[in-house]
Amino acid sequence: MGLSSRPDTRFVSMDPQSQESWVTTKLDFLVNWGRANSLWPMPFGTACCAIEFMATAASKFDLARFGMERMSFSPRQADVLICAGRVPFKLAPVIRRIWQQMPQPKWCISMGACASTGGMFDNYAVVQGIDTIIPVDVYVPGCPPRPEGLLYGIMMLQQKIMQERMADSTLRNEMEPDPTSQLYIPPSMIDELSEPFGNSIHQTRSGL
Amino acid sequence: MSEQFLPVLAGHAAGADTPAPVTPRNVPYRDGVRNPSADALRAEFGASVVRADVVWGETTVIVDATQVHAIVRWLHDDPGQRYDYCSDVTAVEYRDLERAIEVVWHLRSLPYRRFLRLKALIPRGQPLQVPSIWDIHKGVDWMERECYDMFGITFVGHPDLRRILMWEQYKEGFPLRKDFPLRGRFSRSEQLRQALAQNPEAKYSMEELSIAEAFEDLPPDMRQRLGAGEKVGE
Repeated sequence: MGLSSRPDTRFVSMDPQSQESWVTTKLDFLVNWGRANSLWPMPFGTACCAIEFMATAASKFDLARFGMERMSFSPRQADVLICAGRVPFKLAPVIRRIWQQMPQPKWCISMGACASTGGMFDNYAVVQGIDTIIPVDVYVPGCPPRPEGLLYGIMMLQQKIMQERMADSTLRNEMEPDPTSQLYIPPSMIDELSEPFGNSIHQTRSGL
Repeated sequence: MSEQFLPVLAGHAAGADTPAPVTPRNVPYRDGVRNPSADALRAEFGASVVRADVVWGETTVIVDATQVHAIVRWLHDDPGQRYDYCSDVTAVEYRDLERAIEVVWHLRSLPYRRFLRLKALIPRGQPLQVPSIWDIHKGVDWMERECYDMFGITFVGHPDLRRILMWEQYKEGFPLRKDFPLRGRFSRSEQLRQALAQNPEAKYSMEELSIAEAFEDLPPDMRQRLGAGEKVGE
């Protein structure tokens, strides 16, 4: 189904073909350290999760402790897209364009149940998870997540960044589910994953 | 606009001896205090006024759908009514398929402190058409568009009747109708494909993007795309 596991990057292989040496691994560490501790978020707040996100950025929880005090309201200067809130279908091309405008390296945090799965909005208007539009690195559960939850997600993302290696050629491959070329997750899989459950089986409330 | 702006004091036309408004208490379900405009409407329009109900102290007048424009115009202009504020335009569809679809207007008279609800019944099988009151109350522009978007009711005379919540190329129908499935008509993947194919930059005119004043400062390629209110369809 298009999902593949990442290679284990915690250990440096001694394969001479890997083109890695003491210098590159140390350089990796330096670059990753710099990236992980100066993430500039692009806040894409559409709903109540954005309120929690604002609380996270405010003085009580203080996102600046993690080097994220600079909100990047222009996607061109952003590192991490934080989608906080539900995304209706009308916004789908917008968030996709914002993601395409962000330069590499870039990451994405899906904050809250609605952004991750569609949440309770299992209806005609809401995207059932933004991972059907853009790739997502960290999902933060909650409705909405508490600021501690978002901070934990950010620290998970920092751990992920610290494990990146330049020699990993698959690292910056952008695999976007583009309907015009090739879907990252095939449509049948999306339909299967979003099968009706609970009361949603009876789609026509009028009984027609 | 040479007219001087005159602030409307709520209730100033009702007379100095009118008691100050208080929160109504012990309102009966039926047979509450009737809005005098209902009887005035019946005297003026006769058979066009089908029925007037008082439910929980609010007066609902059911009128002929073809006469809505004339009635709202009279309510707006008559010195004894002065309904100068239309707060809502919406529609109601019932689960009972025999019942007519109702189009609802909420009118408020600030000078007289009155509230009146107009309803027009559209029986099943008839075209969903009611006259637009946009030329009387300019504020109903988007409300009528929303009503059209969600229910498919055509407001005849509206200057720009397009979808407003769903995008303009939305093909699945009218979401608030009872025969519309909760999760839409198409599969998730088809919905996603159509949504991502919107290309919103090509769909909206310059005025809608509110950058008409900044047009000269835009880069040339963007000027070319947005110029002259160009809208490229799908």
